[in-house]
Amino acid sequence: MHFTLNVWRQRGPDDKGAFMTYPAADISPAMSFLEMLDVVNQRLILNGEEPIAFESDCREGICGACSLVINGIPHGPDRGVATCQLYMRRFADETVLTIEPWRAKAFPVIRDLIVDRRALDRIMQAGGYISSNTGGAVDGNTVLIGKDRAETAMDAASCIGCGACVAGCRNASAMLFVAAKVSHLAHLPQGEPERVRRADAMMKAMDREGFGSCGNQYECEAVCPKSISVHFIATFNREFLRSTIAEPGPLTGAPADPHAEFR
Amino acid sequence: MIRLDSKVPSGPLETKWDRHRFTEKLVSPNNKQAIKVIVVGTGLAGASAASTLGQLGYHVDCFCFHDSPRRAHSIAAQGGINAAKNYQDDGDSIARLFYDTIKGGDFRSREANVYRLAQVSTQIIDQCVALGVPFAREYGGQLANRSFGGVQVSRTFYCRGQTGQQLLLGAYSALCWQIERGQVVMHPRTEMLDLIVVDGHAQGIVVRDLISGRLSVHVAQAVILATGGYSNIFYLSTNATGCNVTATYRAWRQGAAFANPCFTQIHPTAIPPSEEHQAKLTLMSESLRNDGRIWVPKRAGDARAPEDIPESERDYFLERRYPRFGNLVPRDVASRAVKVVCDEGCGVGPGGHGVYLDFAEVIEREGLGLVRERYGNLFEMYQRITGEDAYKAPMRIYPAPHYTMGGLWVDYNLMSTVPGLFVVGEANFADHGANRLGASSLMQGLADGYFILPYTIGHYLATTKNEPIAPDHPDARAAMDRVVARTTKLLEGNGKRTAASFHRALGHIMWNACGMARHRSGLHHALQTIPPLRHDFWCQVAVPGSGETFNQQLEYAGRVADFLDFAELLCHDALHREESCGAHFREEHQTADGEPIRDDERFAFVAAWEYQPNGTPILHKEPLSFEFVQPAMRSYQ
Repeated sequence: MHFTLNVWRQRGPDDKGAFMTYPAADISPAMSFLEMLDVVNQRLILNGEEPIAFESDCREGICGACSLVINGIPHGPDRGVATCQLYMRRFADETVLTIEPWRAKAFPVIRDLIVDRRALDRIMQAGGYISSNTGGAVDGNTVLIGKDRAETAMDAASCIGCGACVAGCRNASAMLFVAAKVSHLAHLPQGEPERVRRADAMMKAMDREGFGSCGNQYECEAVCPKSISVHFIATFNREFLRSTIAEPGPLTGAPADPHAEFR
Repeated sequence: MIRLDSKVPSGPLETKWDRHRFTEKLVSPNNKQAIKVIVVGTGLAGASAASTLGQLGYHVDCFCFHDSPRRAHSIAAQGGINAAKNYQDDGDSIARLFYDTIKGGDFRSREANVYRLAQVSTQIIDQCVALGVPFAREYGGQLANRSFGGVQVSRTFYCRGQTGQQLLLGAYSALCWQIERGQVVMHPRTEMLDLIVVDGHAQGIVVRDLISGRLSVHVAQAVILATGGYSNIFYLSTNATGCNVTATYRAWRQGAAFANPCFTQIHPTAIPPSEEHQAKLTLMSESLRNDGRIWVPKRAGDARAPEDIPESERDYFLERRYPRFGNLVPRDVASRAVKVVCDEGCGVGPGGHGVYLDFAEVIEREGLGLVRERYGNLFEMYQRITGEDAYKAPMRIYPAPHYTMGGLWVDYNLMSTVPGLFVVGEANFADHGANRLGASSLMQGLADGYFILPYTIGHYLATTKNEPIAPDHPDARAAMDRVVARTTKLLEGNGKRTAASFHRALGHIMWNACGMARHRSGLHHALQTIPPLRHDFWCQVAVPGSGETFNQQLEYAGRVADFLDFAELLCHDALHREESCGAHFREEHQTADGEPIRDDERFAFVAAWEYQPNGTPILHKEPLSFEFVQPAMRSYQ
């Protein structure tokens, strides 16, 4: 197969960046999209050119590293699939493929197709966890969780943190990402004590990072490689409303001093 | 000169760990805040260790080469995590999990370590539940279990087919909490390139910032490596493309013994390689073997479509060779049997590298609906990758390099032969012996990080008076110089071949000589062909760009360079071990029926290799004694 690639090249966050055109000749239909890029890169290197920078690691759809917009769609044309699981047989021979990085203010470009997604980690650090020390956890079976509830929590927890929801959203909102985490923990009794503070803190962190607000366009669900449902956004809105009624309490922002009593 | 002292406590197996924890010295809370430790890697072992040490009050500098700690390859583990909870009341116990693990590892692991692993396994589940890991549940709300990896009890806890993901996200969220509290400083997109050893003690690391290319020194009172396994030495493996041996190999060169490098597990059910440019192999869950029947055509070179081959001309070779276990024999046995039929020319698919995994019978017997419900997502994944519908024609599968049981040698305290250098998870050699049982790797990673290292490192820190060195200490500068020299040399290549082409060539050598089966002549041949390949690499590798910028090819070339060195050590170890045990099958040591022959008289030891500058590595042996179980022949006939 033969393709023409229109690839976004940008040397760094302050560089202007532009589309460049490369041929991708003699591509086998059994190659994954990333293997096709590997082949193109090998040829670029041997021609003395710099290879196209893109990110990937597990190449089996679970680590969330790969992040390409292909012909305008994050992770390409297939639903419920990350770029690394997209195969070239999916495309018609001789077509033009336009490849871009995630575009969002909160995701500055590092190079070519790689963006900085640390904003998502910072949102997690604001409250996407259960504060639990490793000493003396009670037996797992003393925390009863109905099967349906556990399954719903698992549906939400299966988010891979790739950021496609942000890239697919016209407002670059991280709502589906945040909603997935808040819903995962809100469906479990272990998440109960911190649920009010969590929703409030994660919402504030999302705003602070420069993500847009949710406009209910549902593009996030359409491009999510794990097909996470927008229903979780409704769950999150309910949790957030609860936090505006209840007193959310101070954020965990200030580092606690575990040794204060010894001072 | 390395001296191996396992520091295994004496006395009854059941109380070793409790007594050891009591005799270990503690660091008082107000002293912990003055101590800094470095954790490299954020998989199950690294993230659980870093978060727990932060929670205890130590200052932790944590490093990973991904953009986020959540992307470590633990995330890809599918099946589950074992624990001796005996919730099913089906006869499980700590003693039985201990025994299954020792036997599964073909009696090549330390009894005391394995017993401790089985002991803390129950705490791991409780801790993960507390962190909000959404384990599968029964209707009554209790934790669900399934059986896995051929054991006879149901002790595996799971989160659908994404157990590794959920356990890692649990540890990652604990890490996020400690980052928020300021106890852990996270350094993503940062790769460790060397270890700093001062007066024989690990005191820091040299890292490269992968965005700016800047090299820097980080110092601490102890260094913990949690950097995973090295299966990517075979080029094609089930590992993530970034998995590598660099951190452990650099530590080896600084004096940490490397143990049992030849113990590399091959997983029997992966999708076969289809073409030259393939980057990795995808695992298909082992659970498929519960219902699929494995076969090949009886006649070599039979190119007919599977549906045109009548029953009488099919060879159900696992059922034929192992009538008692059939398609459910353990991983190493199944993988080797596949190799045998493919070597005889009966393999199917491109290059004859494949066998059929056929669901026709179960579909006929139990209906398409049931098979779809049980394995639907796997069939979908298979179709996406191969373009074939496995409901209609049988799947093709082939073994693939998977987990590595070898790693840096550690004592009972998880400390390497370099004091102050601790090694956890897949990066160390302990616990799995010569073969790993399914669902045991997640258990070891979390046991090390949550419940073992945080105790044992305290003793080292309480009894060793070492202040952090200055970043411009001569030993730190020397480490920095080594990294600079190496980077410069990589960039000076002549530009005729890419790093990937060398990696592929090395993988080819290793897969043929040191893969599913090893033979003296093949290993000798590999040891002769690796040095010229390495020579060519250093003369001809094409690394574009510079060292002072973001440069993925430079990162990759550095990892390939270490694989090229490490490959020889792996072959030396395989050559020296004149027996067949677990995943290490030496063709010279088998019965007339092709079953492995272990040699407990001569090889019941851990092979720990010491680095020699400009020379063959020196072998040290840690004898393995079995006080509580009697080594028996593994037989599945």
